[in-house]
Amino acid sequence: MLAFWRIIAASFRQYSTYRVATVAGVFTNSVFGLIRASILLAAVSTAGGELRGYDALQAATYVWLGQALLAPVEAFGTREVAERVHQGDVAIDLLRPLGFLRLQYAQKLGRSAFLLLARGIPPMLVGAALTGISLPTDPVAWLLGLLAILLAVTVAFLADMLVNLAAFWIVQTRGLTVVYTAVMNLLSGFLIPIAWFPDRLIALTRATPFPAMVQTPIDVLSARVSTAEALPEIGVQALWAGILALAAWAVLQRGIRSLEVQGG
Amino acid sequence: MTIHDTTHPAIDLRSLRRDYLVRSGPLGRRTRRVVRAVDDVTLQVRPGEAVGFVGANGAGKSTTIKMMTGILQPTSGDVRVLGRRPVAERRRLAREIGVVFGQRSQLWWDLPLRDSFRILGAMHRLSEAERVRRLGRLVEGLDLEEFLDRPVRQLSLGQRMRGEVAASLLHSPRLIILDEPTIGLDMISKEGLRRFLREDREERGTTLFLTTHDMGDVERLCERIVVVNSGTVAFDGPLAGFRESLGAPRELIVDLASPREALALPPEADVLAVEADGIRHRIAFRGSEMTVPALLSAIGAQAEIADLSLAEPAIEDLVREIYARGR
Repeated sequence: MLAFWRIIAASFRQYSTYRVATVAGVFTNSVFGLIRASILLAAVSTAGGELRGYDALQAATYVWLGQALLAPVEAFGTREVAERVHQGDVAIDLLRPLGFLRLQYAQKLGRSAFLLLARGIPPMLVGAALTGISLPTDPVAWLLGLLAILLAVTVAFLADMLVNLAAFWIVQTRGLTVVYTAVMNLLSGFLIPIAWFPDRLIALTRATPFPAMVQTPIDVLSARVSTAEALPEIGVQALWAGILALAAWAVLQRGIRSLEVQGG
Repeated sequence: MTIHDTTHPAIDLRSLRRDYLVRSGPLGRRTRRVVRAVDDVTLQVRPGEAVGFVGANGAGKSTTIKMMTGILQPTSGDVRVLGRRPVAERRRLAREIGVVFGQRSQLWWDLPLRDSFRILGAMHRLSEAERVRRLGRLVEGLDLEEFLDRPVRQLSLGQRMRGEVAASLLHSPRLIILDEPTIGLDMISKEGLRRFLREDREERGTTLFLTTHDMGDVERLCERIVVVNSGTVAFDGPLAGFRESLGAPRELIVDLASPREALALPPEADVLAVEADGIRHRIAFRGSEMTVPALLSAIGAQAEIADLSLAEPAIEDLVREIYARGR
């Protein structure tokens, strides 16, 4: 367990050294937040001040929370594990006395913790200043919000890991990553709220793990759902985390097996 | 047999074989070909031994190491390392061995070198006191102090390799496996690394298994040399007897007091060259066929010897000779 925390701390420190990247990220997050807020606010106002449960302030809050979560959940996917598999560096990871997924998860948590603070908070401040946002005042809602973020990060990590682990069998996984992030960005409710989807797509989307990555933490943090409603939502997140963890573990075992049998 | 039993081999490879399936050609007309990387390697290494595992590119060195560390499943044969089955017990084995792949890094690239040791210490469940004590020894022995706080990506190759070796030794493993640890290093870095590896072995009695292209590594670090060729063991024996048993030619260089065009030599000796207008004679002979005193007395009967030197065959040449014989 100590190793797990040490790696989280190290990963946090590591990302805190990328200062230029952080500043650049905050800037683009804020600019795109402004663009997205303008579009969504226009849609809400065209619809007569309210669109499927979102008024202007809620729509703005939705946009800025989404911008804040973008970096910690790594909505644009990662490629590091796939590259380590392709270049054979995964051998080094397998020779560590710590499980591969635990190691990766610890690194992800450290990274996400830093990104949440450094790239999550500034766009929220920009949003608060420019469009206004509404956040919960109840400490319980905040606590649930943080839990929802942790689970969102976990679910996104595991799904992204499954895409990366395809590298054990596929020589080039870039295409897969592109398709995955396109689907994820839409179905997670990052681009537009899931409530704005056509009804059939809503039903379909609800049956996937994607809403657990973005829409759920936004709903909990923007108090669009009450505390009583938030708990089942968080339960669904936890369920997806469990299912995907099992899937990632099973795929990893097969990947390692094929590495052992076929050679790297 | 218990795992900590020191009378059993640290490394035990029996009839080890490994095939790779190589696919080539365009999709649809793809051909499959079996390439045998390791073919019947049997090798026992006693605890505390230092073995140099030598061979050309593609001889099967890295494949053997991958099987020893549990990254690769043998096609057939048996591997035991410290009494464990590497593939089945990879993670447990990882706590007891230290591995350096010269071409890969186990350090955290963007963090100060010091942080890698902190993480590795936690991974290996070292107490803070243990870690500090051991790291102190490694920092001193490998001269890490001046770049301990620099991010790994900024280190020179020599500095990084010293860091890699320290990382593999931090948990005081009983067996260390080094795959090309000195590749690309300059002479001074190589020597520093070798000196510390010797010291650490003397202090702790570690078993060392080393693959290398650099015969200097073998000569400075190992007592035993194993030469692999085309996936099989072509030579296995003490380094000391390596030259003699091969009977590769040695070279005697004599400078005569007064020039002579030619010396009459026993049939076992060959004149390689006569230089400096007949002053210097270079003579090749095989240690198995004739002794130095016999050769000297034959020369001494004909001319006065002013000076002499004896050149031993380089290990590179011996390995080349083994390869030539194997064909």
